[in-house]
Amino acid sequence: MKMAARTKARHESLGLSLEDVVQMYRVMLQTRMIGERMMQLNRMGKAMFVGVADGHEAAEVGSAWCIRKGVDWCVPYYRDVGVALVLGQTAKDQFLGVFAKATDPNSGGRQIVNQFSDVKAKMLSGSVHIATQFPHAVGLALAAKIRKQDHIVVTYGGEGATSPGDFHEAMNFAAVHELPVVFVIENNQYAISTPVKLQMAVANVADRAAAYGMPGVIADGTDVLDVYEKTKQACDRARGGDGPTLVEVKCYRYRPHSSDDDDSRYRSKDELQAWLQKDPIDKAAAYLLQQAVAASRLEDMRQEIAADIEAAITAAENDPDPDPATLTRYVYGEDAE
Amino acid sequence: MQLKEAPSATREMFYAEALGDALRQELRRDERVVIFGEDIAAHGGAFQVTAGLLKEFGKDRVKNTPISENGIVGMAVGAALTGLRPVVELMYVDFMGLAMDQIVNQAAQNRFMFGGQARVPMVLRTQGGSGRGNAAQHSKSLEAWVAHVAGLKVVMPSTPADAKGLLAAAIRDDNPVIFIEHKLLYRTKGEVPTGEHVVPLGVADVKREGSDLTIVTWSREVLFSLDAAAKLADEGIAAEVIDVRTLVPLDRETILRSVRKTHRLLVVHEAVKRAGYGAEIASLVAEEAFDDLDAPPKRLAGLETPIPYAQHLEKSVVPQVDDIVHAAKGLVG
Repeated sequence: MKMAARTKARHESLGLSLEDVVQMYRVMLQTRMIGERMMQLNRMGKAMFVGVADGHEAAEVGSAWCIRKGVDWCVPYYRDVGVALVLGQTAKDQFLGVFAKATDPNSGGRQIVNQFSDVKAKMLSGSVHIATQFPHAVGLALAAKIRKQDHIVVTYGGEGATSPGDFHEAMNFAAVHELPVVFVIENNQYAISTPVKLQMAVANVADRAAAYGMPGVIADGTDVLDVYEKTKQACDRARGGDGPTLVEVKCYRYRPHSSDDDDSRYRSKDELQAWLQKDPIDKAAAYLLQQAVAASRLEDMRQEIAADIEAAITAAENDPDPDPATLTRYVYGEDAE
Repeated sequence: MQLKEAPSATREMFYAEALGDALRQELRRDERVVIFGEDIAAHGGAFQVTAGLLKEFGKDRVKNTPISENGIVGMAVGAALTGLRPVVELMYVDFMGLAMDQIVNQAAQNRFMFGGQARVPMVLRTQGGSGRGNAAQHSKSLEAWVAHVAGLKVVMPSTPADAKGLLAAAIRDDNPVIFIEHKLLYRTKGEVPTGEHVVPLGVADVKREGSDLTIVTWSREVLFSLDAAAKLADEGIAAEVIDVRTLVPLDRETILRSVRKTHRLLVVHEAVKRAGYGAEIASLVAEEAFDDLDAPPKRLAGLETPIPYAQHLEKSVVPQVDDIVHAAKGLVG
């Protein structure tokens, strides 16, 4: 049957322009390419330790696209390079962190890499201890409610972070007090080497939400638009005063947990290959081509990102190291109100 | 820094009441102050410190929480990062074990780890100490745990007036402060300024002057040490009793000045002696005032055992008045 008017494209029905999707793709690609160079720098002995987001790009970018920059608080975890980039960090910021420079915007070289902390941008990463960020996020949301501010809080963790008590205490409190928090769980199937089936007896992380009396939804972490749609619904719910939501984003980590990990010891190449067939960046590119974005534009974009990354690495390497004379700065504040 | 004493009016209050007075004073003064804890709202808290605050300030600012110590402290960290000034109550200091990650790895270090971008102006109020038959898991003195952590301040008031003034200062401080009350001090009485009263952190108080030895102590042992000093005076020994009031920051000068006068140091605390904070004070004096000493610095502190339930056993574990008298005489004699 012929349609009188053309069917709305997926992105249009979600309220996104095609240019929005192009920009989402750009950040996804940037995230992947930054990760590649971070791993290389580690293997070259120039970066002490890194953890990268390969495979998580749609999960991170699709969800972070729902955050109102400078209004909502975001509490990412250590894999969320894509979230930090969406919220305004640059490639250079990432390498300043990798090299622990004085100009590292997160901490001036004090905190380990990938702790994205920019208070002006309302972004905080508290810890590499798993799940400690969730009570912080709930506290930020509680503060919004107490002070009648309209920000919501979007917090992130891996599925491994849904095992410790902090997760449960945070989910419970957020639900009891109907706080404006969205818990985005990037389920990449492994807590370092431990597969999901040895982490939980339920089939989905989202199933855990029922125990707290909040909705739990599942998004396809290989599809940036699906992640955007599900996270947006959760954010709208929080903004409407209806309380928290757990959004499980199913994805796969293409690289080892960190530069110190060897994933060949716990998972098969076949499994990795199967997930590589669903690469979120390839999927996003295919969507854009199908929407008549020129292939040459995507290729130009890749080259621009690559050039920007190389310039960022050089610039970051040339920035000053932290001055040992400043070492004890920020242990205590002397600026009592 | 001068003590900000109220110009005139004082009233006799219980220590618990004085703490409540400080909370009320700060909740009224600064709308960023909020309090969280288990049973602290309608119930008023296990020791009734927060009684009446829910009614005056409402449930947004006086918030009851489920049993979830790590979660409560973590929430306070998050709220503090936004600029609120949360005061969290942990019912017993022993429960710090449940919240230690949020205290040590988060609250204490966030300012540093964020390169100074953020601050964590929060107070963790809790209570410790023995003497009430609460046994091993509700009676410890754990101040050394937190005094060891860079980024935390540690406060332990002994009198109602100090309880009020130090709690107000802790709430106004821009750092995480661990404020440890003593369960057997809640029902002690003293004159307390009824108006605004703030005692700065890091200033010790000479609770009694003397010239023969210096007793440095804190929390409930201050009361025991004052009783011991009265007994010693009957025997012609003049003990100076210094209440450090805050362990971090420590008022080193007041301690050193006293020891340079008396030439003898006795440190008294309820916590287990081994690796207790008394060692810090003894070593401070050994390092800085060794030539002024006429005798080795001495520590009198808790035995290396959990706190027992039986009351006669419990008393034998922590220094009592006569133990202090005995130790002081040994040092002077």
